[in-house]
Amino acid sequence: MSRWDRFVDTFLNGKVMLKYLPDILSGVVVTIELALLIVVTGLAAGLALALLRSLGVRPLNWLIIFVVDLFRSLPPLVIIVLIYFGLPSVEISPSGFVSTWLSLAFVLMAFSEEIFWAGITSVAKGQWEAARSTGLSFGQTLTNVVLPQAFRLTIPPLTNRTIAITKGTALGTVVAVTEILGQASSAMSNSYNPSPLMMGAAAYVVLFFPVVVAARWVEAKFAWKR
Amino acid sequence: MIQTFFNPGIIAASWPIVLAGLWNTVRLSLLVVPLGLFGGLILALLASVKHPAVRWPLMAWVDFFRAFPPLVLLILLFAGLPFAGLELGGFVCVAVAFFLNTGAYYGEILRAGIDSVPAGQVEAARSTGLSRLQAMAYVVLPQAVRNVLPDLLSNTLEVVKLTSLGSVVAVPELLYQARQAQSITYNPTPIVVAAVIYFVMLWPVVRLLSRLENRALAGR
Repeated sequence: MSRWDRFVDTFLNGKVMLKYLPDILSGVVVTIELALLIVVTGLAAGLALALLRSLGVRPLNWLIIFVVDLFRSLPPLVIIVLIYFGLPSVEISPSGFVSTWLSLAFVLMAFSEEIFWAGITSVAKGQWEAARSTGLSFGQTLTNVVLPQAFRLTIPPLTNRTIAITKGTALGTVVAVTEILGQASSAMSNSYNPSPLMMGAAAYVVLFFPVVVAARWVEAKFAWKR
Repeated sequence: MIQTFFNPGIIAASWPIVLAGLWNTVRLSLLVVPLGLFGGLILALLASVKHPAVRWPLMAWVDFFRAFPPLVLLILLFAGLPFAGLELGGFVCVAVAFFLNTGAYYGEILRAGIDSVPAGQVEAARSTGLSRLQAMAYVVLPQAVRNVLPDLLSNTLEVVKLTSLGSVVAVPELLYQARQAQSITYNPTPIVVAAVIYFVMLWPVVRLLSRLENRALAGR
C-alpha cells in the first residue's frame, strides 16, 4: 500500500464511514435541536432582561448587571460541569442535554442582554422624548421607535456572538450528550479508526460554514452607512 | 447547602490542587494569547494585500475557523493525529488549536483595525521615505491596535476562558484540577471554588469591557 492509500484507509475509510454514518446523522439532529433551543431561549431571555433594565428600577438593574457579568466571566464548560456534576448533590439531576442547553442559553442571554442594552441606550434621548410627546405610550415608543433602531445596530455583534456560543454545543460531549462530537468520539473508540471523527468534523463545517457566510452577508447589509 | 457546595474542610483539603491548576491556567493563557495574536497579525498583514489570489483563500481560512468548534479541532489533533503516527500531547495540541482558532478571530479584529486607518496615513508615511513595512509597523499598526482595543480585549477574555477546554485533553489547568479534586472528595465544592476563582479573576475585565462597549456603541 502506498502512503496515500494508507492515509485514506486510516482517515477516510469507506467501510467505517458507512457503518457509522447513521450515528453521526443522529448526532447532527441532536446538535441542531440543541443549537436552536439555545438560540431561541438565550436571545429571548437576553431581550427580556434588556427590556426589564430599561424600566430603570435600581436594585433590579444591579441584579441584572451582576447576573450578566457572572455569565460573561465564567467559561461555558465550567458552567456545564457545575450544573451537571454539582446539582445532583442537591437531588436535582439534569441530563447532559439539559445542562448544556441551560448553560449555553445563560451565556447567550448574558452576552445578548449587553448587546441589546447597548443598542437601546444608543438611541438618542430626544427620540424617546419626541415619541412620547406625540402621544405614544412607553410600550409603543419602545416597540415602534427605539427597538427598530436598536436592532439595526446590534445585528453584527449579535450574529458573531450567537455563532460563537452555538458552536459550544460541542462542549456537551463532556457531559455525555450524543451530539456530533460525542457520536464521532464513541464511534472512533469502537472502530479504533479516526474516520468517524473526520465525518463529524465535516458535519460541523457543513452545518456552521453557511451560517458564518450568511452572517457576513447580514453584517454587510445591516452595517450603518457612516 | 453550605456543606455540599462550600464545604470548608474540602476547600482546605483541595486548595493546593486547585491552586496548582490556577497557575497552569495563567501559564497556558500567557502562552496562547501571544500565540493567537501572532497568528492574527500574520493573517491581518496578509489581508492588507488586496490581491484576489490572497484575499479569497484568506477569507475561507478565517470563516472555516469561525465555523469550526475549537473543541472539535482540539480532539481532532489530540485523538486523530496519533493514527497518523503523530502524538503531540495535550499541551501542544492546545497550543496548536489555539494558534489556529483564536488566530482567525484576532486576525479579523486586526484586519478591521488596519482598515480603519485612513489610506492617507500610509501615503504620507511612504512619501517621507518609510518603506512599506516601516509604514505598517510604525504608522498603521499602532493606530489600528488603538482603534480596536476593546475588541482585542474582549477576544482575549474569551481566549482565557477557552483554556478550560484543556481539561478535556488532560492539561492540568484550573477546571481539570478542580474535577480531579471533585472525584477524590465526592463533593462539588472544588468546582465551585474554581468557578469563583474564574469569576474573581475575570470580573474586572468584564466590567471594563462593558464600559468600553457601551461607549463605543452609544458614541455613534
